Amino acid sequence: MNTLGKTILLSSALLMGGCATTNGHNPDDPLEGFNRSMFEFNDTVDRVALKPAATAYHDYLPSFVQTGVGNFFGNIGDVWTMVNNFLQGKVENGANDFMRVAVNTVLGFGGVLDIASEAGLQKHKEDFGQTLGKWGVGSGPYVVLPLFGPSTVRDTAALPVDIYGDLWTYTTPVDVRNTGIVIRAVDQRASLLNASNLLEDAAFDRYSFVRSAYLQRRESLVHDGKNIDVKSGSEEPAPAEAKPLEPQSDAAPVLLPTTEPVAAAPEAAAEAVATRDDEALVKEAFSPQVQAPSPETEPAL
Amino acid sequence: MNILKKLSLTLVAAGTLAFSGYAAAQEAPDALIKRVSEEVMAVAKTDKDVQSGNSRRIQQVVDEKILPYVDFQRMTALAAGRYWRDATPDQQKRLTDEFRSLLMYTYSGAISQIRDQKIEYRPLRADPADTEVVVNTQVIQPRAEPIQLSYRLEKTPAGWKIFDMNVLGAWLVETYKGSFASEISKSGVDGLIKTLADRNKKLAGNIAKTGKAVVPAK
Repeated sequence: MNTLGKTILLSSALLMGGCATTNGHNPDDPLEGFNRSMFEFNDTVDRVALKPAATAYHDYLPSFVQTGVGNFFGNIGDVWTMVNNFLQGKVENGANDFMRVAVNTVLGFGGVLDIASEAGLQKHKEDFGQTLGKWGVGSGPYVVLPLFGPSTVRDTAALPVDIYGDLWTYTTPVDVRNTGIVIRAVDQRASLLNASNLLEDAAFDRYSFVRSAYLQRRESLVHDGKNIDVKSGSEEPAPAEAKPLEPQSDAAPVLLPTTEPVAAAPEAAAEAVATRDDEALVKEAFSPQVQAPSPETEPAL
Repeated sequence: MNILKKLSLTLVAAGTLAFSGYAAAQEAPDALIKRVSEEVMAVAKTDKDVQSGNSRRIQQVVDEKILPYVDFQRMTALAAGRYWRDATPDQQKRLTDEFRSLLMYTYSGAISQIRDQKIEYRPLRADPADTEVVVNTQVIQPRAEPIQLSYRLEKTPAGWKIFDMNVLGAWLVETYKGSFASEISKSGVDGLIKTLADRNKKLAGNIAKTGKAVVPAK
């Protein structure tokens, strides 16, 4: 998978180079020509393979099996989320994730049952792209990756690290690992069926709709939703805020060389970026953006 | 005596009406969002027709509980951006109507999906003098991350009105803006209206066929 990831990355970097002259109207999307064709490609793959598989999975498997599969891979994903929460200085969330993994692995039969959610430990989702964003790395232009879908230059650079941090990719034997990767993809697609049906209806130009939604969503994830008062669809200036606003990360996009394997380990990347932005990181570490788990969350059935 | 009693009762009734009208107009934006959300959640959780995705019933709930508090014209104007001023009043009206229908068709299906979700309301950070505010809420759902849901409201003589909505970090207006711009620059405002109208006809056809809101209830 590591090699596969790098190969895809490399080839997309080459392809992007080839298409870099495409003129785009959107300043966030200078690669629009390449992106649109990748979008088409992904769409075709989805239409002929992934969506039918996900629909069958959704329609024919008992829902407790689907929940179990989702929980199992979700539990593995929580480990990487935990690492990223710690890297972002969100100690409380990281500790919460640690408890989730411990509880679900031990009491939830290796993660098949999500006991932690029932106990009120809120699930999070953090990846290395968000961590880089938190450290002040700008997103760079929008990129649609083959098979992986919407991304940005920053998130693309982070992808090999995310793959490296994905514990499932270390599973042996290889055929079990590969089967698992496919099942996980189908399960994730199945959980998005309703949303994607809604998208097909809501958008009359799906490419630009997805692009805008994705870029806004990632920006919001990097700021843990705290930039929401600042960014708006309206053209008027945002209303004066009672509190000083968080600085928006509109620093010049840092284009990491995508042709090079980005980082051998998250720690190495951490160092590389930390030296760039030591001060901000220290500040961050001393004011962890704590999102307390909701005390109201009831054990759900 | 009788007449006097009747008169005083009438006065009291009139006073109550007048006061409730006043209260509705002055309802704070966060209180408004909370009330509307709770009303919709309550219906969605108890009404079997809504849960089964009955499109007419859902439409009724939306018309009754949500529409009075949404300013679609402002929403459409912002999505159209600089092209809005070039459009004739008639075009503006048709565009607003079609956009409203599209949003109604696509988002009403989401209401049929409400089951064991709960909404948390964040404290409003705004100055009392503000005429535009953002109200932040989040949908808490079991076994998944919370969904952020925010609303941008404007103060009007008829009370606060929603004119933009944020789901999972993406603003509705901003998300549609690119599509609007590319369609208008390709085929003009009328082209955009036609695209929206065609889409709505198709969605209406789907609903007529199944009797269900666009997104199938699980």
